Amino acid sequence: MSDNILFQLQSHGKGQQKNLEGYVGFASLPNQVYRKSVKRGFEFTLMVVGESGLGKSTLINSLFLTDLYSAEYPGPSHRIKKTVQVEQSKVLIKEGGVQLLLTIVDTPGFGDAVDNSNCWQPIIDHIDSKFEDYLNSESRVNRRQMPDSRIHCCLYFIAPSGHGLKPLDIEFMKRLHEKVNVIPLIAKADTLTPEECQQFKKQIMREIQEHKIKIYEFPETDDEEENRLVKKIKDKLPLAVVGSNTITEANGKRVRGRQYPWGVAEVENSDHCDFTILRDMLIRTHMQDLKDVTNNVHYENYRSRKLAAVTYNGVDNNRAKGQLSTKSPLAQMEEERREHVSKMKKMEMEMEQVFEMKVKEKVQKLKDSEAELQRRHEQMKKNLEAQHRELEEKRRVFEDERANWEAMQRQEQQKMEASRTLEKNKKKGKIF
Amino acid sequence: MAATDVDVFSNEGKRNLSLGGHVGFDSLPDQLVSKSVTQGFCFNILCVGETGIGKSTLMNTLFNTMFENEEASHYQNGVYLRPRTYDLVESNVQLKLTIVDTVGFGDQINKEDSYKPIVDYIDTQFENYLQEELKIKRSLFNYHDTRIHICLYFIAPTGHSLKSLDLVTMKKLDSKVNIIPIIAKADTISKSELHKFKIKIMSELVSNGVQIYQFPTDDETVSEINASMNAHLPFAVVGSVEEVKVGNKTVRARQYPWGVVQVENESHCDFVKLREMLIRVNMEDLREQTHARHYELYRRCKLEEMGFKDTDPDSQPFSLQETYEAKRKEFLGDLQRKEEEMRQMFVNKVKETEAELKEKERELHDKFEQLKRMHQEEKRKVEEKRRDLEEEMNAFNRKKVAAETLSLSQPLKKDKDKKN
Repeated sequence: MSDNILFQLQSHGKGQQKNLEGYVGFASLPNQVYRKSVKRGFEFTLMVVGESGLGKSTLINSLFLTDLYSAEYPGPSHRIKKTVQVEQSKVLIKEGGVQLLLTIVDTPGFGDAVDNSNCWQPIIDHIDSKFEDYLNSESRVNRRQMPDSRIHCCLYFIAPSGHGLKPLDIEFMKRLHEKVNVIPLIAKADTLTPEECQQFKKQIMREIQEHKIKIYEFPETDDEEENRLVKKIKDKLPLAVVGSNTITEANGKRVRGRQYPWGVAEVENSDHCDFTILRDMLIRTHMQDLKDVTNNVHYENYRSRKLAAVTYNGVDNNRAKGQLSTKSPLAQMEEERREHVSKMKKMEMEMEQVFEMKVKEKVQKLKDSEAELQRRHEQMKKNLEAQHRELEEKRRVFEDERANWEAMQRQEQQKMEASRTLEKNKKKGKIF
Repeated sequence: MAATDVDVFSNEGKRNLSLGGHVGFDSLPDQLVSKSVTQGFCFNILCVGETGIGKSTLMNTLFNTMFENEEASHYQNGVYLRPRTYDLVESNVQLKLTIVDTVGFGDQINKEDSYKPIVDYIDTQFENYLQEELKIKRSLFNYHDTRIHICLYFIAPTGHSLKSLDLVTMKKLDSKVNIIPIIAKADTISKSELHKFKIKIMSELVSNGVQIYQFPTDDETVSEINASMNAHLPFAVVGSVEEVKVGNKTVRARQYPWGVVQVENESHCDFVKLREMLIRVNMEDLREQTHARHYELYRRCKLEEMGFKDTDPDSQPFSLQETYEAKRKEFLGDLQRKEEEMRQMFVNKVKETEAELKEKERELHDKFEQLKRMHQEEKRKVEEKRRDLEEEMNAFNRKKVAAETLSLSQPLKKDKDKKN
């Protein structure tokens, strides 16, 4: 980063309020967004879970006013499965210029076996695999297409026993409420009278709260009006629905409904069931929010769990838990790198110290031994010099002695010579 | 969220179904819009141009507001980027507008590095976003996006051609940000000169390979107006916050002795075109292009730099986990290697020093051996001398003894002689 950059950081984030003195035109931004979104088209993935025969396919057909499930494409209940399967159907529907790619995920076989332990596992695996796909495509270096096949909503069908939730219901919802938006529905609600339905709903909500299950919550808005509507819906949870593939006559009108000898249960009559509430909520008002919650909450949970596992793989777990993290794996590695650098510096310093110490020791030893040898040498030299001097002295003494003695000898000799000569001369007649 | 607008509807194994009534999902765009309105919008403009060319005035005119701006001096010793954020509201649409000014651009004698602070700023915003995107716990949906969505490049109204600083800077910026070139202070150029000037500029940009922002023509609702606007680039603009009475209206204009230049008069300048394109028609597209094209390019380069790849040597795609694990393994191996290297270096150092010291020791020994030998030699000499002395002394003693013996017998002879 160049040091020529002058940032007034306080200006990022909190902006100054400014009043406009005329029309600028950015109020058209929502229109621009609208236009682009229509051009792009929309996607939505809906999962339906419940035992066979609870009317799931019928409800889907009723919701989307189309024959998603028909003779050619039979619904899940018509297919006998031994184990829980997860199947997708994709349909493209258009309305008012808006294209919607709708994916319905079926789970035939759920709850139908005698032993249903872990029948939720294939479903969990499926949801996770969709998150995994999205995570991988989001993490690629080259990101081109990122189709969103994550499950945006799971409609869970509760059998209309009138008594309460079954253990399987509770187990399923507990396991899935943190992975997907769960909307529980009372299926085939035309087998319950309004009072029974009320009771049933209360019971179910009590049990849901007891088990701390987090079903999909409608967001609060700033709008008073909207909040009132939301409150009304909340009071009716879980929604009791009726679906129908047939259109019959009732009160002179053609309606979608179920014809009984005693009357017609109308699907779209809010006195008869909560179908319209479900449809309005699911499709007309909260579809976008379901996608947002999936993206911002469920997916992010999955992602952070996944990345934490990858990042802290091999890192001391205590440390990891302490600072669980807003870091990315790369930032984590960066930090580890920095720690390592400082560790290395320390190590280097220590090694240097040890090294210096050892060297000093050795050098000292060398010095000492040099001094010792020097001393000895001096000593020997002194000795030798002493010996030398001694010898010189001795020699001098000896030479003196010898010189003296030789001198004396010579004198004696001379004397003798002299006396001998005298004798000789005497003998020769020199004596008169 | 999706990085690119991909046509999801192309090659899917899907059925087209017709609806038997009004389902209601045609409200989806409205749901999306109402969510965005609640969140508020964010837009970041970068103004690049010489000091005094009219950047601040144009911003004030565009947004109908007096943004605070001290006039910059010509004596900055470098280029500084000054971002300022404002919260604007219009018909309950909230806009967080950030205007980034380049202070000191074009003032230095040596302008070789003038573009660098600008490129660095843009990259930093990309980097911040990337870092947020890579975090483990992240919150992208309420992240304050500071990436530059549009760069307005102010061209001085010389009437001749682009300056080389302009070409160099725009070339450096065109792969990082959407550029719209505008001719500033266009009220100093006559219509015919302007026409020639525009053609010259556009041909220079093309011949130098500078990619400026093209208004999109893929959406039928706006393709016509966008296409026609593309032909008017670069926009020749005049900015003014002063109001002048013209006829019975008060308009924003510049009053000259010879006439009044009206900002919003399309035959006087292209201000209205700029406002239309920038704000009223393509603001959202500018944001999208920044995210889908410029940011992705930055991200791709950055990740490749760090050694990330999408496929392994066998062209099998990596999963995220594999990528990170591979990276991490490499990283740990790297650290290990560094440690080893350091240790090795020390081992070598120790060996070297040991060898040195041994050498010194040996030299010392040699020296003393030599001294010892000399000493031995001396000692031997002394011994020799001593022996010599001893020998002499012995010889002398013998001589002495012999002489004494002789002298002892001599006197007898003498006496004998005397008697004779």
